[in-house]
Amino acid sequence: MAYLEGNSLVAAYGPVPILHECSVSVEKGELAVIVGPNGAGKSTAMKVLLGMLNPSEGSVIFDGQDITHLSTQERISLGLAFVPQTNNVFTSMTVHENLEMGGFLREDDISHTIQEVYDLFPILYEKRKQNAGELSGGQRQQVAFGRAMMTKPTVMLLDEPTAGVSPIVMDEIFSNILDLKNSGRAVLMVEQNAQQALNIADKGFVLVSGRNTHTGTGKELIADPEVRKKFLGG
Amino acid sequence: MVSESVDILNAFALLTNFIIVPAIAYGSQLALGALAVTLIYSILRFSNFGQGDSMAFGAVMVILMLALFQSDWANANFGAILPPFEFLSFVPTALYALPFAVVFTAIYLLVMDKLVYQHYRRIKAKPITVCMVSMGLMFVTGGIVRIINGPERMTFDDGARFLFSVRDFKEFTGLTQGIAIKTSQFLTVTMAILLVAFLFYFLNKTKTGKSMRAYSDNEDLALLSGIDPDRVVRVTWLIVATFTAIAGTLYGLDKGFLPFQYHQLLLPIFASVIVGGIGSPMGAIVGAFVVSFSELFLTYAYKKFLIYLLPGYVPDSLVQLIGVEYKYAISFVILVVVLLIRPTGIFKGKVV
Repeated sequence: MAYLEGNSLVAAYGPVPILHECSVSVEKGELAVIVGPNGAGKSTAMKVLLGMLNPSEGSVIFDGQDITHLSTQERISLGLAFVPQTNNVFTSMTVHENLEMGGFLREDDISHTIQEVYDLFPILYEKRKQNAGELSGGQRQQVAFGRAMMTKPTVMLLDEPTAGVSPIVMDEIFSNILDLKNSGRAVLMVEQNAQQALNIADKGFVLVSGRNTHTGTGKELIADPEVRKKFLGG
Repeated sequence: MVSESVDILNAFALLTNFIIVPAIAYGSQLALGALAVTLIYSILRFSNFGQGDSMAFGAVMVILMLALFQSDWANANFGAILPPFEFLSFVPTALYALPFAVVFTAIYLLVMDKLVYQHYRRIKAKPITVCMVSMGLMFVTGGIVRIINGPERMTFDDGARFLFSVRDFKEFTGLTQGIAIKTSQFLTVTMAILLVAFLFYFLNKTKTGKSMRAYSDNEDLALLSGIDPDRVVRVTWLIVATFTAIAGTLYGLDKGFLPFQYHQLLLPIFASVIVGGIGSPMGAIVGAFVVSFSELFLTYAYKKFLIYLLPGYVPDSLVQLIGVEYKYAISFVILVVVLLIRPTGIFKGKVV
């Protein structure tokens, strides 16, 4: 059993199901990527894992515990963290305040965790008194990661972390994501830039119309001629 | 009256007495009201048309408490209300009633939220819908105020009328033109400074205050961070009630309590918020003083001022740019000009 897994999920926003028996999973210290065309249900799968959308069938298992019926806030206090695709920082608040807000639910001393974030992303320490809205795209994404890390999560879910950034910033963000993974966390992300994401991923899930079509290690998927043809542009 | 020489000192004393001192006091009252509107706008995300009438509610609660303080029953059971220290004897009794008024206003606003606004938050109503709802509640609040007080004017300032009077000032400086500071003006400015300092400390330094800013900045991310929206809303109403009741009472002490005047106060308050930049607390304060100074500078009759400055010249008219009865038009003009020229306001708020 994987550390976090969604099993045979069926979910819908209205009468029409978006996910059909979709399964994803991630282990600790592993980077898993969900790729697929637009409207494949990638973000929906992530919302179900987070409890922002209730599945009509299937289950979500975290660390051996069935969390299918827990609220988002309860899942966050268990150790799940989510970095949304857009509007993922408090733009009018300083970097430091963003991190403090990330640790809002914690009753204990959060200064050590803030220090950990600064150690991981040294540029944030330099900019700690600046408003997050004044930072560059890559730095903003670091603030977003840092904010999510404040609950000391063991699983981080990232929704298209490289959407709308330049290729140079994209490399920077991918290297940050590898840092997150190497610190022992489970990282599951949804990505549009499939080629680059599969290159660094330990595991990949290809979704089409809410169904798993291919599953394997990143290398296997890149080598698979069908996946190459359909999703990676030949 | 024709002066012999240029008399800058007296001219300045005249302006200070009739424009600067009253404008600072009036600006402070507007600023407190404007801060309440700003807080509601940024956190509850609607323009609260009920602000003026809520201020009247705060003031009328003070009037009610004063009636209770001075009743035979209270005198028989608790004795007359006396200031705890001799040097506080200049303070109007209304100030002792103020904490009660703050509590009653808070209860009133929280009940209104529970009964009305909460529903519109749940169904995620558009801001303009909630705006109209607040307009309905404005009439309700105004009605309650007039049921309690009646529509007529009521004065409730006692204690010393002046901190120092024109005569004190003349004796002290030897100028022919005096400057007086009313107790109510002194109290207004002191309390406004204390409240604003508290608000900025609260929003920038405390965990609850920061969570309110976070909620205002990005509601979804605040929820993901575990910030409880119901608590944010409650705390917001508590602060708004405090500012509202105090601003309403201070305005009533300064100018007398007249329900309809509070209702009209909405225009200068909204003008302050928009001039300063919608959603910016600092902007609300600066905007309030822009509005109050414009009102007083434009409606003042400059005849006596010119007599001091231009020896041998007596103007035929009062030299008043705009009649006092048009003072609300000034707020309106400021509002229109700002929206045309710089819709973001001085402090770059949100565009309407």
